[in-house]
Amino acid sequence: MNKTATERFWFSVCALFAALTVAALLFLLYWIVIQGASVLSWSFLTARPEQNMTSGGIWPAIVGTFYVASLTILISVPIGIGAAIYLNEYAKQGPLVRMIRMSIRNLAGVPSIVYGLFGLAIFASFIGLGTGLLTAAITLSIMVLPWVITATEEALRSVPQSFREGGLALGATKWQTIRQLVLPSAIPGMATGSILGLARAAGETAPIILTGAAYFLPVAPSSLTDQFMALPYHLYILATQHDQTEVVRPIAFGTAFVLILLVILLNLTAIVIRNRYRTKNEQL
Amino acid sequence: MSSHANKTVSHDEEIKNLKKVTKEKLTQRSFKSNVVDYVMARLFTLFGSIAIIILALILFFLVREAIPAIREIGLAEFLFGQRWYPSSSDPGFGALPFILSSLMVTTGALFIAIPWGVFTAIFIAEIAPRRVRETLKPVIETLAIFPSVVLGFIALVIIAPITAQVFNLSNGLNAFTASVILSVMALPTIISIAEDALKSVPRAHREAAYALGASRWETIRNVTLPAAMSGIFAGMMLGFGRAVGETMTVLMAAGNAIDMPVTEFFGVWLPEFLQSVRSLTANIAIEGSDVPWGSLHYSALFVTAIILFVITFIVNLTADFLMARQRRKMGHE
Repeated sequence: MNKTATERFWFSVCALFAALTVAALLFLLYWIVIQGASVLSWSFLTARPEQNMTSGGIWPAIVGTFYVASLTILISVPIGIGAAIYLNEYAKQGPLVRMIRMSIRNLAGVPSIVYGLFGLAIFASFIGLGTGLLTAAITLSIMVLPWVITATEEALRSVPQSFREGGLALGATKWQTIRQLVLPSAIPGMATGSILGLARAAGETAPIILTGAAYFLPVAPSSLTDQFMALPYHLYILATQHDQTEVVRPIAFGTAFVLILLVILLNLTAIVIRNRYRTKNEQL
Repeated sequence: MSSHANKTVSHDEEIKNLKKVTKEKLTQRSFKSNVVDYVMARLFTLFGSIAIIILALILFFLVREAIPAIREIGLAEFLFGQRWYPSSSDPGFGALPFILSSLMVTTGALFIAIPWGVFTAIFIAEIAPRRVRETLKPVIETLAIFPSVVLGFIALVIIAPITAQVFNLSNGLNAFTASVILSVMALPTIISIAEDALKSVPRAHREAAYALGASRWETIRNVTLPAAMSGIFAGMMLGFGRAVGETMTVLMAAGNAIDMPVTEFFGVWLPEFLQSVRSLTANIAIEGSDVPWGSLHYSALFVTAIILFVITFIVNLTADFLMARQRRKMGHE
């Protein structure tokens, strides 16, 4: 083969694999949207499961996911912001910072099921919270923490240095500068990070299997120690644990559709906020 | 990264000068605001250290709960034993079937995901026109956010029947199906890290190659790709780490039979991809939710979690090392 023919061949190979990536996404979306959209209706979203979950809706699972994901964000975002403020505003390069960064990268790589087992051992059993909403939310908070820290740090980093210098030059203390100048301009970036964490918490299954998700509950949880239904766990149950998996398949597709819709919408919101923020910052 | 650090240093110096100039102002600060400032600095140091504390807690609790089983059964049984019957009257605690299944399913996934991911990354970083690149980005981002339970569900209801038909099996839930869906999970990681590595190769490298008469493909193959190799390997390692720690897709696609996933061939173990297998992660998910707390079985699950933790820890550390090397290599230019 001559030079151009070889090049054309390899370029086509690369293009083919890239096309395959697009095809894989379309394949996944096709099945979920086609099968899921046909069962989607207002009553599917707002009704309880009926007759051993073979009919009815997925309302308790939606509520459960909303509760556990919100609680996760309430716990992880303040801690994550605190850690990011330290890393970006206070820390000086040294062994402590190196160790913190190494720990964050390692936490991001810990398998989610190991978080589940850890949550079970420390919060459910050792501290005595039992399995339920709070145990699951704390466990998920720890799991999403590395992402929240990283996203918040990025937001803080994009605040122009002159803001800090201005504050300090006016005689403000470091904390006053951070609170009144740095944090307000980092809010959109931090919101982006929080929403991405929310999306991750909403889609996660493995940790909540061990820490508090319930097979079936007719009502929403009323206290923090109650077990709860959740969309991803509900999908897992309908797909594999139910005694009539073939009968409940349409409901499973509907649940998958709602879950993927939720995750994509959350991510889109995060991207919109990020883009708006970027253009605003560029104008500065 | 390094330029950012330098910038901070010079800014720090600037701030120091500014502080000197405004010393009178500074002394006018109220006692209260100085105290608050001091307290906040300490408080944030504590917040900053939370990642270290959590990692230490995870290690501590995994080991603490695993010790009874290790004491009573011994680590060797876990690592090399082939029977897993934790609550039978003739108990077995061999986790080797899970370890091998995890490694096998992950390796299979990488066999698919590495060529797929690396070629796609080359296309995005080096070949595609801008507009095509801008369309591919959100595609990969969307793949990355797919909840694993949804991928597992698709594997279960769509891919497994296809596998069964192609290989003429009664049931398509096996290591092969799990590898296929896991490759989709590992793909975004491999693509984005490999793409970053390719982009970190300085333009001057490529221009020098063009000037010597190399074609675009020759430049990619002989210049850009070798220069980005450390970073691409890092992407592979991270993809491996992501896949080996993945629970839901494997749990739903691999069939979960506890069995050695191998056939013996003249005394050599060969992987058996068309067999139902159970990974380390899937086993914890299956047995962890109804095991009595504090039992020997419960403790044994923590031993398998430690095995899993050690595997991912080594893989991520290697990836870290490779990424640092890629940065160093390119930073020297």
